[in-house]
Amino acid sequence: MILNIITYIFIGIGCFFNLMAAIGLHRFPDVYTRLHAGTKCTTFGSIFLILAVVIQSVNVWAAEGLSSPQSILTLHAIIALIAIILTNPTSAHAIGRAAHRSGVKPARAVVDDLEKEKP
Amino acid sequence: MWFPVAVFLAVCIFIILIRLFLGPTQPDRLVGLDTLNTLVVVSMVILGAAFKEVIYIDVGIVYALLSFVTTLFIAKYIEKDKF
Repeated sequence: MILNIITYIFIGIGCFFNLMAAIGLHRFPDVYTRLHAGTKCTTFGSIFLILAVVIQSVNVWAAEGLSSPQSILTLHAIIALIAIILTNPTSAHAIGRAAHRSGVKPARAVVDDLEKEKP
Repeated sequence: MWFPVAVFLAVCIFIILIRLFLGPTQPDRLVGLDTLNTLVVVSMVILGAAFKEVIYIDVGIVYALLSFVTTLFIAKYIEKDKF
């Protein structure tokens, strides 16, 4: 019962942050702020949604005994979570560097320190 | 419990697809593609929990790693420096 409430709270947090990422991609003015919205919000929301899946499958696993097929689902969901956490900030950093080197300027920036460093 | 979450994530994916089609520059489209890949991985995990099939989550893991490599290569292509 208490695990169901925790699962619904986690699903609510995850869906809210994923929707914020989708809206933020349309509301922000240039590439860098869109990167800020689209990468960090989806990482945070994905952590909570996959943790909800893990909590529910651990609950079923504890009810069915040690050798139930839910154990494989739990461990593979944790592996998918680790893959998302490792790959998502790395690709965001690569996109930001590529956007700055290809000549896209920030929209309303006052200070651009990376401009002074020639590669 | 899981099917409304999958429908909600599909709606988010369609909102992101609009940005991917009308992004003004190339890095805008790449940001949209990266966000969309993450949401596809999460919906694969959600659908695997909904249908109780482990193979969907395995497909999600492989999709996450392949989309990471794809994003890095498109970023190197946009960079136009040393490819």
